[in-house]
Amino acid sequence: MEPRSRSFYLLGAFFALFILFLYGPTITIGILSFQGPGGGLTFPMRGVSLNWYRELFQQQAVGDIWGAFFRSLVLGLMVMVTTVVVSVMGGLAFRRKFRGSTPLFYLIITSLTIPSILVSLGIGLIFSQSGLDVHWATSGFGAQLTWTLPFGLLIMFAVFNRFDKSYEEAARDLGATPWQTLQHVVLPIIGPSLIGVALFGFTLSYDEFARTLLTAGSYNTLPLEIFGMTTNVTSPVLYALGTMTTLFSFIIIGVFLLIARISQSRRAAMGSDAGKGLV
Amino acid sequence: MSVIPTSASGAKAPDLPLAASARYRLVRKARDGERASWLLSSPLVLVLGIFLVLPILMIVVVSFWGATEFSIYPAFEFDNYQFLFGSAVTYQVFFKTFVFAAITWVFTLAIGFTVAYFLAFHVRSLTWQIALFLLCTIPFWTSNIIRMISWVPFLGRNGIANSALLQMGLIDQPLEWLLFSDFAVVLAFVHLYTLFMVVPIFNTMMRIDKSLVEAARDAGASGLQILTNVIIPLAKPGIMIGSIFVVTLVMGDFITVRFMSGSQSANVGRLISNDIALLQYPSAAATAVVLLAMVLIMIAIMLRFVDIRKEL
Repeated sequence: MEPRSRSFYLLGAFFALFILFLYGPTITIGILSFQGPGGGLTFPMRGVSLNWYRELFQQQAVGDIWGAFFRSLVLGLMVMVTTVVVSVMGGLAFRRKFRGSTPLFYLIITSLTIPSILVSLGIGLIFSQSGLDVHWATSGFGAQLTWTLPFGLLIMFAVFNRFDKSYEEAARDLGATPWQTLQHVVLPIIGPSLIGVALFGFTLSYDEFARTLLTAGSYNTLPLEIFGMTTNVTSPVLYALGTMTTLFSFIIIGVFLLIARISQSRRAAMGSDAGKGLV
Repeated sequence: MSVIPTSASGAKAPDLPLAASARYRLVRKARDGERASWLLSSPLVLVLGIFLVLPILMIVVVSFWGATEFSIYPAFEFDNYQFLFGSAVTYQVFFKTFVFAAITWVFTLAIGFTVAYFLAFHVRSLTWQIALFLLCTIPFWTSNIIRMISWVPFLGRNGIANSALLQMGLIDQPLEWLLFSDFAVVLAFVHLYTLFMVVPIFNTMMRIDKSLVEAARDAGASGLQILTNVIIPLAKPGIMIGSIFVVTLVMGDFITVRFMSGSQSANVGRLISNDIALLQYPSAAATAVVLLAMVLIMIAIMLRFVDIRKEL
């Protein structure tokens, strides 16, 4: 290997600064969340305590954050499952060109790039004009799907673009029905990427704000609750909540990555030995 | 592998026009395929129809409605648009929205390209590439609101930035424009959206055949020439996709501007959300229609430079 050039070190330093820029603020509020009882929103630290976390667990102090957390969790799971199912079906549909596929594709791109406030406003108007109450599990659920589905579908399109069709042909040649081919060949092969789709579905829903704003109704999801707190809570309890939420996100991401790794190594260990016997 | 001509295959598949039954079978297969695709995409069509197309139509319709202080009523009048285009504020706010988008675009592109370039061409092992790439993308899966809040201890009047600058003797008194200013807004945009540049650019760069770079080097190109003549042209699709993300996210934003400017700055999104807060839905809808038109025009222009379906 040739030695590292000077530009490697320059770019490496730039990259390190970028990572610092990305994570620095999050780490800062992590540290500040352990402020002593008399501490404020910024340094210096006036002692170290769990005071603000304690306050977080006393429900009355900061509003209904546990209810909001629970709703966000349930909604995240609902959105995750729906995103995975609809994206896989959509991905399969788009493997061949069909009448309407091009407009539908551009509709997906529109869904991704449309200003979120339009989705919020439009769904809010439809519900209010037809006399329905907005609720996080109905209008909020649908609004979030317009944000998570495009990501899931784009991942599935990328997956199927790289999909080797000869596996399916082999299954067909061996007499498998289309359903058997899907169940025993296609789904196991695309399985690991579904973990990615699920990760997008859950985390994007769990953190969604703009599209949920006018569609969640009288019960807030966690991001809405946190945003409400920014206007009237001026103590490090906000940092404690932020740190806990971020930690929760990290745990979720970690779990998903772990599942992806395990399924990959399992496949490497027990996976197909196709072709090996012939050499 | 050599092709062994067999009499059986020659006899059973004549090159003559297909027999009627075979043709029928082919047509039916294509039709079944189309039907399967429609069935498979029906949940998607249903969701996007109800929660995307209908809401857009509703906004267009309501933008012609009238409003009293407390309620809105069906009508077909152009008052909302007349008011919108008759007000100087509108033009200022739209201009400001474009300025935010342009500045954010420049910074996210410069930073995102550099980071992706480092990852794709200077990090040598795939494991490290994936690990560092993940490090860049993880914040995407955490809360934007909290990432905005976390700038407060940095930028506040007594924040880290001001104390550091004071201590170094660079300033005599705390800078007031760090938090709750346009500077803070752009900083937050760059912080939140740079990874929308990193991901697609890194993706296209990873697909650049390394032998092309080798060939350029063998032909005597300098590092800079390789960058401008080989890598940038080949990474253009990724750059365009990242740009679409960043521009549309910034143009449609209302919450970052509100929070980071301390409600002192305005963009189109805030104009809409202010109208919503005052229950002036028809007026909000008219502004939303204009914003949507702007965003779609921007996307249409940028899509001319890239075929997204080919890049997936």
